[in-house]
Amino acid sequence: MFRGAVRLCAARGHLGRALSTRSGGSTLDWAGKVSEIKKKIQSVLPGGAWNPLYDTSHLPPEHSDVVIVGGGVLGLSVAYWLKRLEKQRGAIHVLVVERDHTYSRASTGLSVGGIRQQFSLPENIQLSLFSVDFLRNINDYLAVVDDPPLDLRFNPSGYLLLASEKGAAIMENNVKVQRQEGAKVCLMSPEQLRNKFPWINTDGVALGSYGLEGEGWFDPWCLLQGLRRKVQSMGVLFCHGEVTRFVSSSNLMETISGEEVTLKRIHEVHVKMDHSMEYQPVECAIVINAAGAWSGQIAELAGIGKGPPGTLQGTKLPVEPRKRYVYSWHCPQGPGLETPFVADTSGAYFRREGLGNNYLGGCSPTEEEEPDPGNLEVDHDFFQDKVWPPLAQRVPAFESLKCLVHLQVRSAWAGYYDYNTFDQNGVVGPHPLVVNMYFATGFSGHGLQQAPAVGRAVAEMVLEGHFQTIDLSPLLFTRFYLGEKVQEHNIF
Amino acid sequence: MAAPRASLHLVASTWNRGTRGIRGLSSAVAPENSQRKGRTLLQFLANRFYDVEILREYLFRKQISKVHKENRSFTYIKERYGPYIAGAYFVLKQGGAVKFQGKEWIRSTGRGYFSPQLLNFQAVPIEAVDASDCAINYEGLDNLLILKELQSLSLQRCPHVDDWCLSRLYQLADSLQELSLAGCPRISERGLACLHHLQNLRRLDISDLPAVSSPGLTQILVEEMLPNCEVLGAEWAQGLKPGPEEQSRDTASPVPA
Repeated sequence: MFRGAVRLCAARGHLGRALSTRSGGSTLDWAGKVSEIKKKIQSVLPGGAWNPLYDTSHLPPEHSDVVIVGGGVLGLSVAYWLKRLEKQRGAIHVLVVERDHTYSRASTGLSVGGIRQQFSLPENIQLSLFSVDFLRNINDYLAVVDDPPLDLRFNPSGYLLLASEKGAAIMENNVKVQRQEGAKVCLMSPEQLRNKFPWINTDGVALGSYGLEGEGWFDPWCLLQGLRRKVQSMGVLFCHGEVTRFVSSSNLMETISGEEVTLKRIHEVHVKMDHSMEYQPVECAIVINAAGAWSGQIAELAGIGKGPPGTLQGTKLPVEPRKRYVYSWHCPQGPGLETPFVADTSGAYFRREGLGNNYLGGCSPTEEEEPDPGNLEVDHDFFQDKVWPPLAQRVPAFESLKCLVHLQVRSAWAGYYDYNTFDQNGVVGPHPLVVNMYFATGFSGHGLQQAPAVGRAVAEMVLEGHFQTIDLSPLLFTRFYLGEKVQEHNIF
Repeated sequence: MAAPRASLHLVASTWNRGTRGIRGLSSAVAPENSQRKGRTLLQFLANRFYDVEILREYLFRKQISKVHKENRSFTYIKERYGPYIAGAYFVLKQGGAVKFQGKEWIRSTGRGYFSPQLLNFQAVPIEAVDASDCAINYEGLDNLLILKELQSLSLQRCPHVDDWCLSRLYQLADSLQELSLAGCPRISERGLACLHHLQNLRRLDISDLPAVSSPGLTQILVEEMLPNCEVLGAEWAQGLKPGPEEQSRDTASPVPA
């Protein structure tokens, strides 16, 4: 009531002032000002834009059931599946907090966008198969009634992994596992490779494995925007800010064996607004850590890893940013339209980009020469020293780049891997001690392609308490404490 | 739970009849002037009433699931009568035509597409399928990929055939000699790149594909990729047409639905 009265007074004040200044002016002026006054009155009326008290419309809500830290493709996928699997429309309030709303440093947009089933771990293969199915039916899953259909720009050209004599046995084993899981992969001898891809030099290659179906590359930006659009239409709120603090309570509990453990529960998430000092505490029931390369910092904020080393309290989330370069070059005599995504025995990779003989490629550096992840500057010498020589050896047509290399490398950029230093695999599911923090991170470069499936798994964990579609229990956080590595061999 | 769902069904079916035209238009990608009115009315209502919004979403889902339903496999027929009959039945049901080895073309004749004489051909392989203008999609392709003796396949003007479908055609690589993809609105150069598996191909028709960005260059690259194959494609001048003329051609050609 009082607020209404204040508003009315203020309105009158505005009007009165406007009228008094009007008396001296000309009549022509008056006609122009009438509409302005009308607008002013309208803005002052309840529901208008003008508010005499503090305006909080730019802040996130004070309560939200689920807060997702990180609005990349993984975070959005979790949001999507939470909203899709909820029992009743509008049952869960979801807030996505993203620090960088242009996604300029987010791994999603900077990735090469590949998808493959050629992993060594059955869980990874299953995740990837589910994601391929999702991407194929993306316009069913992410359809918004009045918006145009998404154009994923999927290139179904397949992956070609090459193995030296040393790696041939492992590759054969991997392909066996992949076929068991239902992936369409075939093995190729060097001779078959030469027949199929005449541009390849098979020196030092003992075996190749080639994905026939559901492998290739797509436009990551399209997936991100599609998810964002759909999630927004489902009622998920977005907030442009940064998570700076978790307010939590702890409980001293005793296990069956008599050990004392401290269970923590997060009650509030402090979201600091971008370019300002103000923050909003958001009361929440569940926090999902999908902050990608920076999820280690978020975990630390929640007190994960702060304890004596060797205990569960002291086990950190071993995810850190690692910088990876992608180079784009032009080679007029390069391989043609049939070129798959080729991963060489040396770890360097390349793929075709468009029709004009342009190629994208890169290589993962070794542990010792890992570049500083502080900025996203590109080291061009890395291409000269590490990426180009093995590729030129594999594809002799690239040899012609040698003399003209500075002209031919068209562009290059760098992006972050959410690198899991423990075993290069994702972390999914709840933390054993901070009971309401769930992870969806650490995928070390294959997070984009597995995001649709991981989102579903995390949403099932939150809503049902266990995995339903794909059993990801080997990827739970506890493995870091128990020291059980879930090794993935095919990471590049 | 059961009662409201049943009533929703009722409402939806009556609405479905009444708004078929508007719904059809609202799903179009580029709205025309005449369509705009119906579109905005529904949009207006959907923006203000949750019920209308949910209803529209429901109708939209139904439309999608209809295509999936039409493309399901006939497991029973396949187990009972073998892959050839199942494949033929699927194609005829979709409104296409099949040719058994050494026999005449069999076309679907409206309602009685499943004639008992089809069963005489249980052991005869199918050598040609004409699935022009059919609503066949990725899942429906299962029924064709089991026809290992298929030599000629025509998928002209199929609205749901996309790049993902082309990536599966390698399963026919041993037999397929003729392939026509003319007029498919969703096929692009990315899918055409997968045809390199089909090394026995003698004839490939890739003319009039609106989603291919540069038809001339694509044709040259496909010819390079398949040296033994005669590629029918865009005329060399097609890519050089001036902008407005091309636009008028685009709007004139009806999108098959």
